[in-house]
Amino acid sequence: MTFEYSSAPESKAIVTIDPVYKLFIGGKFVAPKGGKTFTTINPATEEVLAKIAYAEKSDVDKAVKAAQEGLKVWSKMAPSERGKYLYRIARIMQERAREFAVLETMDNGKPIRETRDIDIPLSAAHFFYHAGWADKLEHAGVGSNPKPYGVVGQIIPWNFPLLMLAWKVAPALATGNSVVLKPAETTPLTALLFAQVCQQAELPAGVVNIVTGDGATGAAIVNHPGINKIAFTGSTDVGKLIARSVAGTDKGLTLELGGKGANIVFEDAPLDETVEGIVNGIFFNQGHVCCAGSRLLVQENIQDELLEKLKRRMSQIRLGDPLDKNTDIGAINSREQLEKITELAISGDTEGAERFSAACTIPAKGFWYPPTFFTGVTQAHRIAREEIFGPVLSVISFRTPQEAIEKANNTPFGLSAGVWTDKGSRILWTAKHLRAGVIWANTFNKFDPASPFGGYKESGWGREGGRHGLAAYLKGAK
Amino acid sequence: MSNSKSRAMRLDVKKTYKLFIGGAFPRSESGRTYEVTDSKGEFIANPSLASRKDLRDAVVAARNAHSGWAGATAFNRGQILYRIAEMMEGRSAQFVDEIIALEGLTPSAAKKQVEEAIDLWVWYSGWCDKIGSIYGSTNAVSGSFYNFTIPDSLGVVAVFAPAKPSLLGLVHSLAPVLAGGNTAVVIASEKYPLSAITLSEAIGTSDVSGGVVNILTGSAAELAPWAASHMDIDGIDATGLNSTLEKEVRIAGADNLKRISSFKDGASPQRVLAFMENKTVWHPIGV
Repeated sequence: MTFEYSSAPESKAIVTIDPVYKLFIGGKFVAPKGGKTFTTINPATEEVLAKIAYAEKSDVDKAVKAAQEGLKVWSKMAPSERGKYLYRIARIMQERAREFAVLETMDNGKPIRETRDIDIPLSAAHFFYHAGWADKLEHAGVGSNPKPYGVVGQIIPWNFPLLMLAWKVAPALATGNSVVLKPAETTPLTALLFAQVCQQAELPAGVVNIVTGDGATGAAIVNHPGINKIAFTGSTDVGKLIARSVAGTDKGLTLELGGKGANIVFEDAPLDETVEGIVNGIFFNQGHVCCAGSRLLVQENIQDELLEKLKRRMSQIRLGDPLDKNTDIGAINSREQLEKITELAISGDTEGAERFSAACTIPAKGFWYPPTFFTGVTQAHRIAREEIFGPVLSVISFRTPQEAIEKANNTPFGLSAGVWTDKGSRILWTAKHLRAGVIWANTFNKFDPASPFGGYKESGWGREGGRHGLAAYLKGAK
Repeated sequence: MSNSKSRAMRLDVKKTYKLFIGGAFPRSESGRTYEVTDSKGEFIANPSLASRKDLRDAVVAARNAHSGWAGATAFNRGQILYRIAEMMEGRSAQFVDEIIALEGLTPSAAKKQVEEAIDLWVWYSGWCDKIGSIYGSTNAVSGSFYNFTIPDSLGVVAVFAPAKPSLLGLVHSLAPVLAGGNTAVVIASEKYPLSAITLSEAIGTSDVSGGVVNILTGSAAELAPWAASHMDIDGIDATGLNSTLEKEVRIAGADNLKRISSFKDGASPQRVLAFMENKTVWHPIGV
């Protein structure tokens, strides 16, 4: 007997998408000087959603000047008042949460279940958490007289558009910095809706400025002499480029970059829960997650049993309309990303690994990739070394705990890892020896504003979230 | 064996100033040395002019020593740093003499530098088992999870010590690196290297395992680019580099995203934290 789901689409009526969006500079929406625009599409349907202003160097310059003006007001404001603005923003985001969720799903392609339950509530929570820090900065661990950097340039990716904005903007504002933010080229809409929230909250002009564009817009921010700190989330290659660009300047820099997280399953792990954790680790957000558990390290004697359960679970995953409340896997964010995932997965085939993909019906339009894993993967395979940023899992076996650690750490990345076992001492031993910034034990892909997030090695510089993330926006005694 | 006459003619047994790599005191594999003079230009010593290969050997030694040093209990590491202070105290006259000769300081100023350097080891010794309590955290996440963050060692750190004060400046950079559980490859003050070499001899008798500290003498300008591009170095204390070299090091160091810092101020737990990672662990709470 098979159960069929009726479609349960979330209504789009709650959002109003303008045909054209301008830049948000100095508290107002202003047209770009060059008058250029680009389009943003719904990756699930390939429909054009809106035209977006393209910010060139002169527009970035204007935004930086506005941020310098905003800084004068913001950094001198009583910290408790600054905090109250952040509380206001958090509340308005909560009030308009469903609108944000639907818009995010349309622009990004991720399931409404995730935007509604994770992206948007967590974004509001980030503002709420950091609001409370604004008047307690002397307790942030960087000395008794911490100072903001000034104008912070922030460049964020397309995988969690509003959440990454919140991770960047909330701590920057709480610490008295002003912001020039560039959302990703393919997902600008929720950032522009956030600009409206800033207006509704009556945030002083110039404290938050949002410039839309592409890599050249980002480079203009990085290289602008009026910027005092850069915060970037994105690929490791671009992160290194930025690190070279700011070398020899006084600019601060924090980076959240790529990962190739190991999800380690020991023989005594509770297998049903573990399978849920593996699925959440690699298929959450279509695998567009820098901390994804993209390498499954499984103890050899339970591999067959675990993979059977995983296959069965993967056959239950529902891929399709992201606005449908029953959808587990939505659309890949762009054609470019789909091509990258496809190319890397093909390298898995050609290098001799064995592919299993869940049998999903792929919609006729839009960008999609079925949940997939590879067995017979060696550590030298590209799919074991490179970040795929898609729903593709590489399965590698191990025999001893020491071998698991060695294989888990055998990567230039060091962002996340998972460990599954019933034995407490083994969890702590494994966590101690893993070279990764976030370790999920008997869980995976959990996020919270109070919990520092960030990587070892080539996964980045600094942390976001918690006291450690806040401190990254403060200058103290060294 | 000897009479008073021959004793009066006795020649000093002078020290060969060598490198310190993996707990041993080799000469440079390159066979190169350079001349060090005192503050009046008189010959003092021919220390080794370390090569790129010596640097790479030192990094291998430091990498091999890292898991043991980082894995030692913080209390144990604190005791060993304290032991370095003890060993230095016994050699303080030698440190003072060398500082007077090379830096041209007065005896009292030289003595003050040595005393401060010894006391600085004692200060950082005490940080080893406290840095986690002060700068780690348990995090109140909204959900049924226990969540904590602890500082963790970075790995192998290259230290470019400032030219002078030759001993105190070196200890300001080296001690926090070790307190954080890292192993170090030190490039000593080029002009005033004797403090660093004598420090290596004190460290060699302080229960510091071989490879935890490696000290090279030679040209910072020659070695800095190799250190910056070395993929098995995780961090660099660039305090001793000029701004041109520091910029070069930061550009090349981006290849593996080295953590690079230089410091203007004195002793601070921030200098320990600059070469530590933060690790956050989540676990569900349940029965």
